[in-house]
Amino acid sequence: MVYKFTKNPEKRTLPKAETMAKWMKRNLFSTKTNSVISLFILSGLLKIITPLFNWLFIDAVWVGDSATCRKASGACVAFIKEKFVYIIFGPYPREEIWRPGLTIFLIFALLWWSKEPSRWSKKLIKWWVSCLVVSWILMSGGFGLSLVENSQWGGLPLTIILSFIGIAISYPLGIALALGRRSSMPLIKSFCVIYIELIRGVPMISLLFMSSVMFPLFLPEGVSVDKLLRAQVAIIMFISAYMAEVVRGGLAAIPKGQYEAADALGLNYFQTMKGVILPQALKIVIPPSVNTAIGMLKDTSLVIIIALFDLLSTTKASMKDPEWLGYSVEGYFFAALIYFILCFSMGKYARRLEVEFHRGHKNREVSI
Amino acid sequence: MSNAPIIEMNNMNKWFDDFHVLKNINFKVENGEKIVICGPSGSGKSTLIRCINRLESHQNGKILVDGTELTNNIKNIDRIRADVGMCFQHFNLFPHLSILDNLTLAPIWVRKESKKAASELAMHFLEKVKIADQALKYPGQLSGGQQQRVAIARALCMKPKIMLFDEPTSALDPEMVKEVLDVMVSLAEEGMTMLCVTHEMGFARQVADKVVFMDDGQIVEEAKPDEFFDNPQHERSKEFLSQILH
Ligand SMILES: Nc1ncnc2c1ncn2[C@@H]1O[C@H](COP(=O)(O)OP(=O)(O)OP(=O)(O)O)[C@@H](O)[C@H]1O
Ligand SMILES: [Mg+2]
Repeated sequence: MVYKFTKNPEKRTLPKAETMAKWMKRNLFSTKTNSVISLFILSGLLKIITPLFNWLFIDAVWVGDSATCRKASGACVAFIKEKFVYIIFGPYPREEIWRPGLTIFLIFALLWWSKEPSRWSKKLIKWWVSCLVVSWILMSGGFGLSLVENSQWGGLPLTIILSFIGIAISYPLGIALALGRRSSMPLIKSFCVIYIELIRGVPMISLLFMSSVMFPLFLPEGVSVDKLLRAQVAIIMFISAYMAEVVRGGLAAIPKGQYEAADALGLNYFQTMKGVILPQALKIVIPPSVNTAIGMLKDTSLVIIIALFDLLSTTKASMKDPEWLGYSVEGYFFAALIYFILCFSMGKYARRLEVEFHRGHKNREVSI
Repeated sequence: MSNAPIIEMNNMNKWFDDFHVLKNINFKVENGEKIVICGPSGSGKSTLIRCINRLESHQNGKILVDGTELTNNIKNIDRIRADVGMCFQHFNLFPHLSILDNLTLAPIWVRKESKKAASELAMHFLEKVKIADQALKYPGQLSGGQQQRVAIARALCMKPKIMLFDEPTSALDPEMVKEVLDVMVSLAEEGMTMLCVTHEMGFARQVADKVVFMDDGQIVEEAKPDEFFDNPQHERSKEFLSQILH
């Protein structure tokens, strides 16, 4: 679809209200070939959707126990209901569940608040830092709260913490690496090139392994660094290399004239980057950055191999309950749904940002 | 000091790798002088004026701008850039900033002016280039001629002593050339020192104190505009003029 934008971020010009039949005639059955293709796709969709609908609603068990489930042919939603708290919060002590709950609430609330670019300021960064500190205290205890080892953290909070902190730190790090890679100073340049190529050349799993198995070997005896922290560092190292390449693409798209104009005005390197180059380059790379971020969010599920209980691990663990064996489809379906909601909203938000940032550019058409 | 030339080049040479672009340039500009530089494509005109604010670096010889020598010394470069404003063929406005922000960015960050003072100065110059009503628009919303006038205003906001123009009208539609030249003429009338690469003969005759003709990296001829256009001395100048006048 193509939306037209003029001076202000105007609302999309939606098609005029038209009857369903008219719309279908115009869009689906306008020509013979078009009709054949439409019918083909519609029948295919029907074939997939009908059994899915039956499975999830008609034949499903929404209330009941494992015995009722075993008799029915549809989905065992009761299983999800039973395991909901464990899947979402993992092995966190049951009586303290409000703490990770509040943490997730705080993070989402602040995310919601931060979504308007007009609210982006230094103050907002301070808010985020305080939010993370409060989250940390809530999760791990202290200040009158009972202590909870982070080996007991799990589920959604763990996934959110690993990926959001990962993205938040690796984004600026990636920018720095990208700038370093274009630097004229040979030492900085070669460091950045080697770092980026090395990290991109290995799978994230091996980085996670190294962080959990090899990294402790390099530490002096008696010093131990928390497993969660090590995983977090590995994740940050990994995404920042990818972010760097994404940002580099944006930097390469900025015409030389912009640097020259900035030089001629007497701006120094950092002023040029901050005021002229990065705002344009980062805007260009919103779509690939979000792509990387989404990939990253899903990649956090790999921490399962170093025995951290992220969302996918808790889902898997709950399938092992002897009383509820055999409902893995339901479990995976549920986990996928949560990942989908998170990733889909990220993608949708990114598209909105893109449109918003096109404000002011000459009647530019943005296709979404 | 006031009688010393504001720009002085002594035996200046520049290479791009092993390509000798500027050969033994000796060149002086007095305070307040208006100079038009012309010559065939690839003769090194742009490179010459870009050496003045160090967008290009020269390899030997000397360049003095307002008494400061251009070397690798960052302080000198900064001092000279503060004195020299530049306008480009393709305007090079910052597309993500409003017109007003384009004008105030450098005064606030480089000259450390307050936002209020910078905005007032910006509006003053926008008024001068007759475009104050567009201050809150973005560059992409203006015509080429308007953008070039904004670019001139942006350079003026840094209060330069010297203005460099690199073919400021050659990317413009014909009907917009005049509005930009008018601004440049009024700037000349106020006594700004100007170096202008252009093939606008009318402009050269009207404001230039001197026309400099370059060919193949050398300054071939320097003369008053009337003398140069009516009675060029060198073969190559004659040839060049016969080409652009037809
Ligand atoms: N960055 C560069 N690297 C290598 N060669 C260059 C570079 N910039 C310019 N040149 C070469 O130097 C010569 C002079 O270029 P310059 O841009 O100064 O010419 P000009 O007189 O301004 O021409 P025009 O009228 O086309 O703008 C040309 O032959 C050009 O190919
Ligand atoms: Mg040129």
